[in-house]
Amino acid sequence: MTDLTTRSAAHAHGGGSRMAAAPGIEAHDVKPVNAKAERGLYASRQKIYAKRARGRYRSVKWLLMAVTLGVYYVLPWLKWHRGASLPDQAVLLDFPNRRFFFFFLEIWPQEFYFVTGLLVLAALALFLVTAIAGRVWCGYFCPQTVWTDMMIAAERFWQGDRNARMLLDKQRWGPAKLYKKSMTHLTFLLISLLTGGAFVLYFDEAPRLTRQLLTGEAPAIAYLFIGIFTITTYLLGGIAREQVCTYMCPWPRIQGALLDADSYLVTYKPHRGEPRGHLRKAASPERRGDCIDCKACVVVCPMGIDIRNGPQLECIQCALCVDACNDIMAKIGRPPGLIDYDTFHNLEAAEHKQKQPRIRIVRPRTVLYAALFCVVGLVMLWGVSRRTTLELNVLPDRNPLFVQLSDGGFRNGYTVKILNKRYDTRHFSIGVAGLDGASIKIVGMESDANPVIPVAADTLRELRVFVSVPKRAADQIAAGSTPIVFQISDRQDATRTSRDSQFRKP
Amino acid sequence: MAADKEIDAVTGVETTGHDWDGIKELNKPLPKWWLYTFYACIVWSVGYWIAYPAWPRLGGYTRGVLGYSQRATVTAEIDKARAAQGDLRKQIATVPLDGIKQNQDLLRFAMAGGAAAFATNCAPCHGRSAQGAKGYPNLSDDDWLWGGTLADIQATIENGIRSGEKKERRSDMPKYGIENLLKPEEIDDAAEFVLSLSGRSTDAAAVEKGRKTFAEQCAACHGADGKGKLDMGAPNLTDPIWLYGGSKPEIMESISTGRGGVMPAWAGRLDPVTIKELAVYVHALGGGK
Repeated sequence: MTDLTTRSAAHAHGGGSRMAAAPGIEAHDVKPVNAKAERGLYASRQKIYAKRARGRYRSVKWLLMAVTLGVYYVLPWLKWHRGASLPDQAVLLDFPNRRFFFFFLEIWPQEFYFVTGLLVLAALALFLVTAIAGRVWCGYFCPQTVWTDMMIAAERFWQGDRNARMLLDKQRWGPAKLYKKSMTHLTFLLISLLTGGAFVLYFDEAPRLTRQLLTGEAPAIAYLFIGIFTITTYLLGGIAREQVCTYMCPWPRIQGALLDADSYLVTYKPHRGEPRGHLRKAASPERRGDCIDCKACVVVCPMGIDIRNGPQLECIQCALCVDACNDIMAKIGRPPGLIDYDTFHNLEAAEHKQKQPRIRIVRPRTVLYAALFCVVGLVMLWGVSRRTTLELNVLPDRNPLFVQLSDGGFRNGYTVKILNKRYDTRHFSIGVAGLDGASIKIVGMESDANPVIPVAADTLRELRVFVSVPKRAADQIAAGSTPIVFQISDRQDATRTSRDSQFRKP
Repeated sequence: MAADKEIDAVTGVETTGHDWDGIKELNKPLPKWWLYTFYACIVWSVGYWIAYPAWPRLGGYTRGVLGYSQRATVTAEIDKARAAQGDLRKQIATVPLDGIKQNQDLLRFAMAGGAAAFATNCAPCHGRSAQGAKGYPNLSDDDWLWGGTLADIQATIENGIRSGEKKERRSDMPKYGIENLLKPEEIDDAAEFVLSLSGRSTDAAAVEKGRKTFAEQCAACHGADGKGKLDMGAPNLTDPIWLYGGSKPEIMESISTGRGGVMPAWAGRLDPVTIKELAVYVHALGGGK
């Protein structure tokens, strides 16, 4: 209860009174509402009004936002020629035909281990980057961050910066508020719609699907997924925002295990900043720390925390507080970097007035992650370079295992699958080795003694194949299973492949 | 009421005012989102009652203004599936049987349809993989009673065997023992001769005696050489495939009691397209001629 009263009291006079942290520098009346100490499990969420930051890291973030969004929206439009009968979209997840296309690589369902490998590589890269420079992914690249950033920018466009937004929220509902709020949420929805709209383009031919979407002729599943992505983007990026990172995402819990004292993190340097306090003309700067407690770092934080409390699970390391603080340092004539990327080791060294700085990017942890990354990467390269364009699968019939023929011989049935992963139609002949006197019959090509089997570009052809052995030859082979080898060879370039199987007789 | 609000000192939460032996209940209302979702569901359900089938009535139920019915939906879906197959089924109806086998698409469709129809209609006797059983022919080998060409198989499926239909396939093997057409020792000798046809006889004298009986009684249908006659449904007695068993007691039993299995005529039970699919499927099991 006490907590509640103080909080509402702080709210009551917030915004109104303007204290100065230093001459000409406003001390913001802001609480790190999303810091662990501030958020009760049974209290409702306190809205974060992040103030606009300007500076080096903000610029980097704008740039990376443009790059990541650019990749997201441009990728489905890139072309990659694969021959007449195949899609020419560079990146296409073709579910109806069960094929994934990534530029030069095509993945059949049974080759899904390539995707697994790609995910393992991505995870290891994430480990490595995190060990070196903390939550770079969270701060700059994560879709949740990028989209939330975009939503906050949209909010700022319609409602103004922090103070204006706070004021607007306190206002009674009227035409102006209604207009600003509804335009904001319409923009959120538009962003979300475009997000979902681009997502479905990865699953069908982009130009055709776009045309269909615009004319209302796209398949219902496309609209359904656009709807799902519109709603989730709107809820996660527009409404839930920092709660996704704080409560829903497992990564903040995992990344703590990857960091060590040599990882570069966005940190406040207490040895420089403390004791903090408002800067007054009378007081000499030498006697006190550089932190003037203006809370510029808190007020720009999209996660609603105070970086000066040290590393926290909620911090996504977006470095906007670095920009905010450097701005203030310049104004009060102090060197920048009171909040900066630094390692725990360096902080400790500075605390004890030891020599600094120490940079240790190469250390057992990073070497391990890099080595694992290289190993998995090499295995992937090896796998991709050895990817065959021709495969043969043979499944012997389980029931009946064999059939006795009227001449006293035996016959076995097989389901044979020929996988032609090349982008042209190929013609194969089939044979079986390891069985004297065996003859092959293919259902649908019975009349042909030496059938030519056409297999269309990038398809699988399934055949029913019977292998028969006449009585005299059958008497020569042992009862039970006899190993045999199915072979196919391309009639044009003589590429061949084979598959072991069994011939059974009683 | 607001004036009566009592705040619990320890937790800072409002109490409900209920007091049990000095223990007071904290007021922890349902979360708003939950409560409003619940109310929304109530409103929704009223609309649902009006739109969809909902309340039971004597001898029926309220149908709802949308006229929704699961049965109608299923029927519509089946019709749609039929329509989707329509072109292929039409082709199968018109294309001759060997034409179906040559066409990759038709063959795949016919094999799938044939497999389904076989599992439902034929598997109870002939077995799941058409491997047959004693008295029920194996359809995957190359030994046929009534012919193994596509046309023969189709005719057998349509008309059945001893089915009582007009165009049924029928052969009648006399009950030589039961009806006293042959003496027991003659049956014994004939069986020994039949064994000799597949090189399994052990008694040359009996074979010679049996040869005469066979020529008089059996050769008319099974042929002088014992190789059977497809147009009469008389089985080949020289191969190693036996419908009722190939041991001497089993052969004697066959001679003594006669044999004649029954297969129903499927024309009229199955549509012509399904019968054609079945013929293609059985022919493709490996033994087709």
